[in-house]
Amino acid sequence: MRSIWIIAKKELQVFLYTPIAYILTAFFLLVSGFFFYNILAWVNEQTMRLMQSGYPLDRINVNQLLFAPFFNNMAVVLMFLLPLLSMRLFADEKKMRTEEMLLTAPVPLAAIIIGKYLAALAIYAGILLLTSTFAVFAFVHGNPELAPLLAAYLGLFLMGAVFIAIGTFASALTENQVIAAAISISAILLIWVISWIGESGPGAWKGVLAYLSFLTHFRNTIGGVIDTQDIVYFLSFVALSLYLTRAVFEFRKWR
Amino acid sequence: MIQVEHVSKRFGDVKAVDDISFRVEKGKIWGFLGPNGAGKTTTMRILTGYLPANEGQARLNNIDVSADPRAIQKMVGYLPEVVPVYGELTVKEFLRFVAELNGIERKKMRSAIERAVEMANLQGVYGRLIRNISRGFRQRLGIAQAIIHEPAVLILDEPTIGLDPAQIIEIRELIRQFKESATIILSSHILAEITQVCDGAVIIKQGRLKATLTRDEWGKNLEIVTNGPADDGICGSIKQAFPAVSEALADGSTLKLEFKEAPGDFNPLIRHLVEKDVKIREIKAGLEALYMKIVLAEDGRAS
Repeated sequence: MRSIWIIAKKELQVFLYTPIAYILTAFFLLVSGFFFYNILAWVNEQTMRLMQSGYPLDRINVNQLLFAPFFNNMAVVLMFLLPLLSMRLFADEKKMRTEEMLLTAPVPLAAIIIGKYLAALAIYAGILLLTSTFAVFAFVHGNPELAPLLAAYLGLFLMGAVFIAIGTFASALTENQVIAAAISISAILLIWVISWIGESGPGAWKGVLAYLSFLTHFRNTIGGVIDTQDIVYFLSFVALSLYLTRAVFEFRKWR
Repeated sequence: MIQVEHVSKRFGDVKAVDDISFRVEKGKIWGFLGPNGAGKTTTMRILTGYLPANEGQARLNNIDVSADPRAIQKMVGYLPEVVPVYGELTVKEFLRFVAELNGIERKKMRSAIERAVEMANLQGVYGRLIRNISRGFRQRLGIAQAIIHEPAVLILDEPTIGLDPAQIIEIRELIRQFKESATIILSSHILAEITQVCDGAVIIKQGRLKATLTRDEWGKNLEIVTNGPADDGICGSIKQAFPAVSEALADGSTLKLEFKEAPGDFNPLIRHLVEKDVKIREIKAGLEALYMKIVLAEDGRAS
């Protein structure tokens, strides 16, 4: 445990001393702010119309109208953004030739991988926390439900946790950060839409591919429903990616 | 103690290290010599446990490198060829990270860092970003990270590469300080460095062991390059005046001498040559002569 913290601490230091985390945060807040504003404007317009047509106001669900599309947009932005956060984790160590020191230090390989992963995850959690200002805004000016909103946040967090795990794996494959980012973005994109292939296929495949797709599970959580099945899916995806990262190092050693 | 027994390492079809055996006794410094691509770095990586050997066994203080990697990692201090430092951190932060990484207890952390800083003479850059410190300091920082946990075995891959002469001497002094507490292997291209610092040398070429030489062995050889051709007469007079010389040969403008055992100094011999009016241009200590013979001789035969 101590070695995980040692690695994570150093990784956080590097994140905080280099501009990349700040730039990504600023970019993410800008883009999600833009989306929030746009969706909000649209919701306003719809609500006005409904009011004019005499629709009862208390039937309007702010969570579904405002937050569901907002979270959907954030997830898509994160698909491109988080690989940029995770790309340096191992690729940079290889490029700077510090990897050898790390791998010959008396700490388990698993601790190195988990430590690095957790550091990136912590940065991501910080970014998500900053987006909560949008939620606070919604609470001040409206009456959304808290529980489904928290569920959606948890879903988004887990989703990002998977993205970062995939990014960690990609980063272990190469010493080039751009290649690492490209690999993770394409992998995430493919898994995101893998259910599309299934939709036209035979029944059995459809189920499997739908289960594998991020989209299926993310839709559930965004709707405010936390199902253990979805949590298990996300967590096993993280575990698998980190396990494969470990395998990359073992394989390289024996090639 | 470092024991290497019949170690081989292949990368695909290429045999980077081919059946190498040698041993270094506790408290000794041995040099690793050979042309670029000879397999020096690969052998060192095997010793640190970074790479597994395909065949053979390497043991440090009687622990098999492949059997107990954690024990080896704790025991070894390693300076890779490219100094492993994070430019984004300060010297202080980096050393703290390395100390933690090596499992130094919180109580001893401060004294361990202070000791490493003092030994490597890093006080002047302690608070600076590593990105901004000079090459010499970087190299010293590399050594500091290798010694911070007081390792029993120190493996240094080209510790003086890219340094200016004054810095090279400093690093050499630094390495000598560890001799009492650690068994040391260092690789170098600079023969004079091995001669001055090491108790013995392993010469490898194309992955194969060419020779293991001790200080006593290379101390026996001396080559004197003269201005103009050296004549056989001088060889005779040397043999006559110095019974310790077992062989004296004139080869063009080079006098090749071999002693029965390594003499303390060559002063009487040099004085004799000066008296005989031999115009000395260059004196090559034993290792250089032997190295050239071992590494170049084979090239001659091959071509």
